[in-house]
Amino acid sequence: MSEANAAVTDPMLRIRGVETYYGSIAALRGVDLDVNRGEIVTLIGANGAGKSTLMMTIFGDPRARAGSIVYDGVDITRLPTHEIARRKIAQSPEGRRIFPRMTVQENLQMGAALGDPAHFDKDLERVFGIFPRLKERRNQRGGTLSGGEQQMLAIARALMSRPQLLMLDEPSLGLAPLIVNQIFDVIGQLNREEGLTVFLVEQNAYHALKLAHRGYVMVNGQITMSGTGAELLSREDVRAAYLEGGH
Amino acid sequence: MENFLQQLINGVTLGSIYGLIAIGYTMVYGIIGMINFAHGDVFMVSAFIAMLLFLAVTAFLGVSSLFLAFFIILIAGMILTSLWSWTIERIAYRPLRGSFRLAPLISAIGMSIFLANFVQVVQGPRNKPLPPMFNQVIQLTSGGEFDVTLAYKQIVIVAVTVVLLAVFWFVVQKTPLGRAQRACEQDRKMAALLGINVDRTISITFIIGAALASVAGVLYLVNYGVVSFSDGFIPGVKAFTAAVLGGIGSIPGAVLGGLLIGLVEVLWSAYVSSDYKNVAAFSILIIALIFMPSGLLGKPEIEKV
Repeated sequence: MSEANAAVTDPMLRIRGVETYYGSIAALRGVDLDVNRGEIVTLIGANGAGKSTLMMTIFGDPRARAGSIVYDGVDITRLPTHEIARRKIAQSPEGRRIFPRMTVQENLQMGAALGDPAHFDKDLERVFGIFPRLKERRNQRGGTLSGGEQQMLAIARALMSRPQLLMLDEPSLGLAPLIVNQIFDVIGQLNREEGLTVFLVEQNAYHALKLAHRGYVMVNGQITMSGTGAELLSREDVRAAYLEGGH
Repeated sequence: MENFLQQLINGVTLGSIYGLIAIGYTMVYGIIGMINFAHGDVFMVSAFIAMLLFLAVTAFLGVSSLFLAFFIILIAGMILTSLWSWTIERIAYRPLRGSFRLAPLISAIGMSIFLANFVQVVQGPRNKPLPPMFNQVIQLTSGGEFDVTLAYKQIVIVAVTVVLLAVFWFVVQKTPLGRAQRACEQDRKMAALLGINVDRTISITFIIGAALASVAGVLYLVNYGVVSFSDGFIPGVKAFTAAVLGGIGSIPGAVLGGLLIGLVEVLWSAYVSSDYKNVAAFSILIIALIFMPSGLLGKPEIEKV
C-alpha cells in the first residue's frame, strides 16, 4: 500500500546532480529537476544555457558524467538511447529532426515504431485530427514541408508512440505567432484532456510560463530559479532577463 | 547488328551480377558512410560456398533435379553468408564505430586480405571448376553472319536478379525494417530517440548486403563455371564502380550503375579490345569521380554544419 502511494507521489522524472560535458567543457553543472505526473513543466533560459543538452542527456546522448536520472522509478541514466525511448518517453528534439526523404506518413510510422501496429490507424487519425494540415500533406516528403508543418510533424511523430512523458524542445522556434499559439493550445489541450505529462524547453518564456504549472530557469548549465509559472512570470529578474522586448 | 544484340544480352547478364554486389556497397555506405572494401571478398567466399554446396547437394540428389539443387544452393548460401558476415561486422567493424573515420575502412581492407588469403590456403590457388549448369541455349536469330543466342543460364541470372530486387525493394520501402534502415540512414540520432536499435539495424544492413552478394556469387558461378580466390577483387571493384557511377547511397543507382558497367565491359570487349576491358570499366570510375562525384541518381553531398 505504501509502495503504491510512493509510486503515485514520486515524480515521474527525477533528475539529481546531473553533469554533462562536451569534451572537457561542462554543459550541465549539477542539475536538479522534477517533473510530476500530469504536469506541464517548462525550462527556460538563454541560448546556450544547456536546455537542449539536458533534453538529450535524459535520452543518454550525450551521457551524463555524474548524477542520476530516474524515470517512473527506474534509473535510466546508463540505459542505451533506444531503451529509454521504449519506456514511453517521446521527444520532439531541437531542430525537429524530421526524416527529410520520408513522407509525412512514413515519419509518423517511425514515431509509432515501438507501438502496437493494431492501433496505428486510430493514432494516425488522432494526430491528423490535432493537425489537419498534416493530413493534407501525408504523402509529401518531410524535407519539403514548411517550418511550421515540420514542427507539427515532429510533435505528431512524438505523440504516435503514445508517450506518458512528452518532451518538446523549442516548439515555437522560428514560427509565426499564429502557429505558436496553435501549438501551445494543442499542448495545453493534450495535458488537460488526456493527462499527458509535458516537459517543455522554451526561449519563448512568456508563452511557456503562462502554459506551465511549474517552471525552472537555467543559466550556464545550472538551475537558478524555480517556481510555479505565475510566480516566475511575476518576478522582476525573470521579466528583465527573459521577457523584455517580448510581450 | 547480330553481334550488338548478342553483346547486349551478355552485358545485361553481367550487369545484373554487378548490380547485386553494388547494392551491398551502396547500402552500407548509406547507413554508416563507410566503403566496405571486404564486400568483394564476401562475394567471392559466397561463390566458393555455393560451389561446395553444389557438390554436396548433387552428391545427395543427383544432377537430375537441377532447379531444386539451384534453389537449395541459393537459400542455403544466403543463410550461411548472412551468418558469417554478421560475425565480420561484429568483430571487425562494430568495435570501431566510435573511432575515427578511416579506422573501419582500414579494418575492411584487412578483412578483404584475410578472406582472400584464407580461401587461397583452404581451397588452393587454382581456379575451381564446376560442371556446367543450365547449358541449353535458345537461338534467337539464324542465317545472318552470326546466330544470336540466349543461354538458359542467362535467363536464370536475370530472372533471379529481378525477383530478388523486387523482394528487396519491397522490404526497404514497405516494411518496418526497411523504414528503420532508411531512418538510420537519414538521421541515426533521431532513429535512436524513436526507439530504433541503431547497432542492430546496421548489422542487418550488412547482412542484407551480404545475402545479395551471396546470390551474386551463385550467379557468377553459374555464368563462368569457375571461381578462384582472387575473384573477389576485380568484380568487387567493378561493383564499387557501379555504385559510384549510379550515385553512392542510392539503391536504384547501384542497379543502374551495375547494368551500365556490365554493358560497357562487354561492348568494349567486343568492339575495342577484350584485353583492356578492365581499363574501360575503371576509367569510368575515374571519370565519374572527377566529373560527377554524386553519380547519376545520387544526391549531392551537402556539408552539414
